[in-house]
Amino acid sequence: MELSAEEWQAVRLSLDVALRSVALGLVPAVLMALLLSRGRFPGRFLLDALVHLPLVVPPVVVGWALLMLFGLRGPIGGPLNDWFGIRLVFTTEGAALATAVMSFPLIVRAVRLGLDQVDPGLEAAARTLGAGRVDRFLTVTLPLMSPGILAGAVTAFAAGLGEFGAVITFASNIPGETQTLPLAIYSATQSPGGEAVAARLAGISLTLAVAGLLLAELIARRMHLLLGRG
Amino acid sequence: MLEVALRHRYGRDGFALEAAFGVAEAGVTALFGPSGCGKSTILAAVAGLLRPDSGRVVLDGTVLLDTARGIALPPERRRCGVVFQDARLFPHLSVAGNLRYGQKRAPPGATGPGFEEVVALLGLAALLDRRPARLSGGERQRVALGRALLARPRLLLMDEPLAALDAGRRAEVLPFLARLRDAAGLPILYVTHALEEVDALADRLVLLQDGRVLAEGGVEALTARTDLPLAARRDAGTLLSCQVGGTDPGGLTRLDFAGGTLLSTARPEPVGTRLRLRIRARDVAVATEEPHGLSTRNILAAEITAISPGSGPQEVFLQLAIGPSKLLARVTQDSVSRLGLAPGKQVWALLKAVTFDHLGAAR
Repeated sequence: MELSAEEWQAVRLSLDVALRSVALGLVPAVLMALLLSRGRFPGRFLLDALVHLPLVVPPVVVGWALLMLFGLRGPIGGPLNDWFGIRLVFTTEGAALATAVMSFPLIVRAVRLGLDQVDPGLEAAARTLGAGRVDRFLTVTLPLMSPGILAGAVTAFAAGLGEFGAVITFASNIPGETQTLPLAIYSATQSPGGEAVAARLAGISLTLAVAGLLLAELIARRMHLLLGRG
Repeated sequence: MLEVALRHRYGRDGFALEAAFGVAEAGVTALFGPSGCGKSTILAAVAGLLRPDSGRVVLDGTVLLDTARGIALPPERRRCGVVFQDARLFPHLSVAGNLRYGQKRAPPGATGPGFEEVVALLGLAALLDRRPARLSGGERQRVALGRALLARPRLLLMDEPLAALDAGRRAEVLPFLARLRDAAGLPILYVTHALEEVDALADRLVLLQDGRVLAEGGVEALTARTDLPLAARRDAGTLLSCQVGGTDPGGLTRLDFAGGTLLSTARPEPVGTRLRLRIRARDVAVATEEPHGLSTRNILAAEITAISPGSGPQEVFLQLAIGPSKLLARVTQDSVSRLGLAPGKQVWALLKAVTFDHLGAAR
């Protein structure tokens, strides 16, 4: 199976965008999960719903909302471009941002599941041994919730490889810049005689997704062994 | 050393805790009572893991809690080591990592036994590299004891540390608890509903019922009282401090106590070992004349000091003095009138050699 330079480019770009989206979203997602699981403040349910919006809203709508906010004349995109010269629309960074927003709820959910696995009794034990708030988070809570964080990251990466609607709306379909695998497949199906290209790219897409899931499973097993839950 | 006064109510119509007691010195003070009497709540409030409605806890002059003055130190600054029923070892750390967790966070000036010392005391050397998941229940509890001790606490709190273990494991951990008590030189609050643990470990007893302190004092003094719920138990009786005196020609162990000697079938311990025996009131009989031709090996001259009501209408407790030591005998009202038993009367107390529950915890 021979891939053309453009096809390779789409594969590499997909990996790049997915990786950047996870890098962008992971820490905020962990903090959000902590806030939603442990925080007690008015408006918590509203925030929870807001975080989950990308799961239920059509991806095109998310892309449109990003366009409104981060467009060159948007309330965030305008100053970013004017003051820092950072342009997100129609760029790889923009594709990563759109992907990060879409996969954010996936990470938050996985991290919260991981956090719920942490026995609060162990944190209480750490307190009686003299560990303050940050100390016990770093030495007890974080290591024990790490399977959830890792599962969230891998799932978000695998899902990010296939993000379509938000990316094409916000970042457009520019080969080498924002044309990721699913966008390349879409383009191939739109061009006459592109069936073979579409089939090849779809095969790669499938392979990457399955590899991602297997990797997630493997990591989860190793982590559970490490944490003595095996 | 430790003063505790707490009030707490669970829910709007839940049961209310209102308890106050003090601990003056090192050694084990057992908080003893049935499930739901509030003993674990007291422990959690002293540790700082539960905020009572109101109260005051002072340890060695440091105010840990004073709701009237708005003081409530967080648990991490109280320096109260806690041993939980479920051990609560960190599953991602090895045994050594667990032991060092508290040690690393102990204040620089704090003194206490060192790592090697604690490892030797609790027999943990072979376990250091293992993960908690690979330990037995008894081993986990020993590691939890070491971890709490290495944090250099000023007070140790133990919340039914043996309750989750089966009888075999309990017997395995109990001697280590006794060693820790003797080596730590710390006051220990020990929550339990098991009388065997009180007998084996406790120096003092705080007796709780329905959230109130019924009585507090030395274990031996409280167990000799017949006006407490302790006396209604089937195993009611007194505790007798003994020392192994040797083996008699018949193979029985000689146990010397203040006022006399007992012969027992309890397993032989080295001469000089100090033991505490529970002499159950139902195992003690009395005779008005010295009996002959009897299989009972222990026949001791005693004086009746008091007769108090027993747990049933037909029963009474005879309080007996053998020298300075006290015994309780549970006899029928009928025997009292038939034999003319009365305070001041000289009798013979009969104790079968096979009835003593040996308590291995050397003191």
